[in-house]
Amino acid sequence: MSERAAVVGVGQTQHKSARSDVSIAGLVREAAQGALDDAAMTWSDIDAVVIGKAPDMFEGIVMPELYLADALGAAGKPMMRVHTAGSVGGSTAIVAAGLVEAGIHERVLTVAFEKQSESDAMWGLTVSQPFQAPLVAGAGGYFAPIIRAYMRRSNAPDHIGMLVAVKDRKNALRNPRAHLHLTDIDLKMVEESPMLWEPLRYLEACPSSDGACAIVLGSEKVADAAPNPPAWIHGTAMRSEPTIFAGRDQVNPQAGRDCAADVYKQAGVTDPRRDFDAAEVYVPFSWYEPMWLENLGFCEEGEGWKLTEDGATAFEGDIPWNPSGGVLSSNPIGASGLIRFTEAAQQVRGMAGDYQVDGARRALGHAYGGGSQFFSMWVVGSEKP
Amino acid sequence: MRDVAIVGFAQSKHLAADTHRNEVEILMPVVAEAIERSGVDRKSIGFTCSGSCDYLIGAPFSFVQALDAVGAWPPIQESHVEMDAAWALYEAWVRLQHGDLDSALVYGFGKTSMGDVTEIMTLQLDPYYLAPLWPDTVSLAALQARAYLEASGKSERDTAEVAARSSRDAASNRNAVRSGDKSADDVLAESPVVSPLRPSDCPPVTDGAAAVILAAGDLVPRLTDRPVWIRGIAHNVEPHSIGTRDLAQSRSTRAAAEKAGVSTGKIDVAEVHAQYSHEELILSDALGLTNGVTMNPSGGALGANPVMATGLIRVGEAASRIASDGASRAVAHAAQGPCLQQNLVCVLEG
Amino acid sequence: MSEPVTVMNAPIRLDFEIGAGTAQSRYLKGLMEGKIRGQRCPVCKKVYLPPRGSCPTDGVPTEEEVEVAETGTVTTFCVVNIAFSDRAPEVPYVCGQVLLDGADTALLALVAGIKAEECRMGLRVKAVWMPRDEWKYSSENIKWFEPTGEPDADYDTYKEYL
Repeated sequence: MSERAAVVGVGQTQHKSARSDVSIAGLVREAAQGALDDAAMTWSDIDAVVIGKAPDMFEGIVMPELYLADALGAAGKPMMRVHTAGSVGGSTAIVAAGLVEAGIHERVLTVAFEKQSESDAMWGLTVSQPFQAPLVAGAGGYFAPIIRAYMRRSNAPDHIGMLVAVKDRKNALRNPRAHLHLTDIDLKMVEESPMLWEPLRYLEACPSSDGACAIVLGSEKVADAAPNPPAWIHGTAMRSEPTIFAGRDQVNPQAGRDCAADVYKQAGVTDPRRDFDAAEVYVPFSWYEPMWLENLGFCEEGEGWKLTEDGATAFEGDIPWNPSGGVLSSNPIGASGLIRFTEAAQQVRGMAGDYQVDGARRALGHAYGGGSQFFSMWVVGSEKP
Repeated sequence: MRDVAIVGFAQSKHLAADTHRNEVEILMPVVAEAIERSGVDRKSIGFTCSGSCDYLIGAPFSFVQALDAVGAWPPIQESHVEMDAAWALYEAWVRLQHGDLDSALVYGFGKTSMGDVTEIMTLQLDPYYLAPLWPDTVSLAALQARAYLEASGKSERDTAEVAARSSRDAASNRNAVRSGDKSADDVLAESPVVSPLRPSDCPPVTDGAAAVILAAGDLVPRLTDRPVWIRGIAHNVEPHSIGTRDLAQSRSTRAAAEKAGVSTGKIDVAEVHAQYSHEELILSDALGLTNGVTMNPSGGALGANPVMATGLIRVGEAASRIASDGASRAVAHAAQGPCLQQNLVCVLEG
Repeated sequence: MSEPVTVMNAPIRLDFEIGAGTAQSRYLKGLMEGKIRGQRCPVCKKVYLPPRGSCPTDGVPTEEEVEVAETGTVTTFCVVNIAFSDRAPEVPYVCGQVLLDGADTALLALVAGIKAEECRMGLRVKAVWMPRDEWKYSSENIKWFEPTGEPDADYDTYKEYL
């Protein structure tokens, strides 16, 4: 019942703390134009547009896709706006892929963005509600206690998070589009950075970036005619669970495990560590790498930190995680999920430039959001499924 | 395309201001009722999708809390659009095309009494050029009303007739929040809010929610022998700036109606998402509806307007006319954005 | 020749009147009486604190009120070093998940009366209330949680709540 679909064009902006040279419309158009160019298409070739971004309160525009309809060439076409909190970039890609797989459209432009310099995400995430004291200081304040719980559960040594912080930023040095290019990054630098929400240090947390990412998803017919190698979609999955419930495992959420199991089954993946050549995983805070290694079945529960420590996830390791530099190096919140999905696609297209993992043929794209409760994932490959 | 049917629909008894309950508390019984009416086992629902707008409550992630109303455990396949829930229904319809799932829960909610929705929606406008001027949505609607009246040759009496008819029809809708035995003269006697719009031409502030259950494949005959089939569904958006569009027509509604196949058969009933009386006339033209069609028998958005659920309710009401009142073929329409910028059209058949 | 405009400030002000909803209202009324009341789900029997009017896993209304103790365990926490709001406490402060005895979900709360670096998982704490004449309908009636002096709770007793 389902058609094949593939990524046939990719565009990303230069991620920076402030893109003062473009408006929000300019930002998304830049990414979209890049994707069209890569796909050798024009605006009129696109059948539908799907756009995703994080809460409207960040930029202070209600339903910004309405204002962006023109910039996205969507006027006269169907346009959808997805919003699933932090996982939105991933869900956007999945909704768009669904349109192609259902045979409804042949070419779907998929965009996600955040212009954080024109927004106040910290305020947006901690809008004070009446009847309560504001306690949680942004996303870090929410995740730091959960990280502490992981450290206790796994008895991981204290420095593991810092290893991830260094690795991802070193990877970013090979990615010209990444926001952070910390050429001097090393363990000492991370250790000496201010402790923000203990146990998380400043340099173990993601930056706040302006950025947009766009992909063109095409049908099999379109992909067969594409000028550049397509990234074939081998599976997509989404799972959600409630934020708070009795007996919830916040450290290793069931929704993440179920989502991974679903997408692996679709893609015929039985041993993720061996079956994938690269993974782009949503790690906004350093310790989420070992936590997600376990959640995504790359190792047994409690062992994630060992993989990180052993260098398995390093660029030269057997399963590079976030060769693009990941969320720790660029974080336009609404776009980050789509960037993960896109970078996974770039790997299997052989188009990741200096951060290309040699011979990558199958990769995982992952995004999560909310209180670690919304998960979206896809598996892409260089061959047709 | 896989045939998808509406097998359940429920909406809250809408209130002008639900001071006791929050969104979850309003939504929960509505979801439960829709599921119960459909006969689908809650735990086996394949996909869930909702539509809502954070800005109505003034806090981000309102849809996250709404998940509590649904019982998302074990983890569910779920998505959300920051749009009217009619688009969530579209996403669910697309998801069901995949073939691996046979049922979906769609819901939408809006508590518009907490803030000033006409001001909130001003923030939908271009943030550089338009929003800082703070043109409220009623004023923008008035611009479109004026443009339509001038271009069409219709009069304020014609829009007043729509308002009066809707008000009378809403009286037999137990869920409506505003109704009354009005005549066009009564409406014309009201002092304008923003000329040419009078209070009866404008939507009532409403708190409410709605839910729809979709089913496909072998599941449908197991649930009901009177499914309401979605025969066509499409949507379209126009340029943002109202200065660049012909406000007297709704091009995107026309395009969506064609794609959805409205004109391929006789329409008995239409439920259109007209928040203002003139919008009904514009939409009726765009949908190609003739005089024989019963328009908004529920009273429409003029009877109840829980923003973000209003469009979904149009679909549900149209489906109900087919399922219970003998209609054979209906059109449901949903809209959002300033001056009908974005529109969705759905053709339903018994 | 003046510089091109690259940034503009467009202030936005929106006023909202927020109601607490039925479940939260009951919770707040309890706090005005100096009581901490959760709600029990009729299906899974778990006690939710703060109560939300529904059980998130069963999707049914939770109506039975259950008073929980003022004492509990810090299941996990972080030390906040960034001042992000003038309503928030002075930095550094400990923000933790506190599982009160009798509840099945943890409350987000401040932990004070202990040096930040001495705070630990398993710490036994009790509620410290604001002066009675300052009480209002707000979770702020509980100022923070302070150590009780009891030995730390065994990891096994709260590990399922992480």
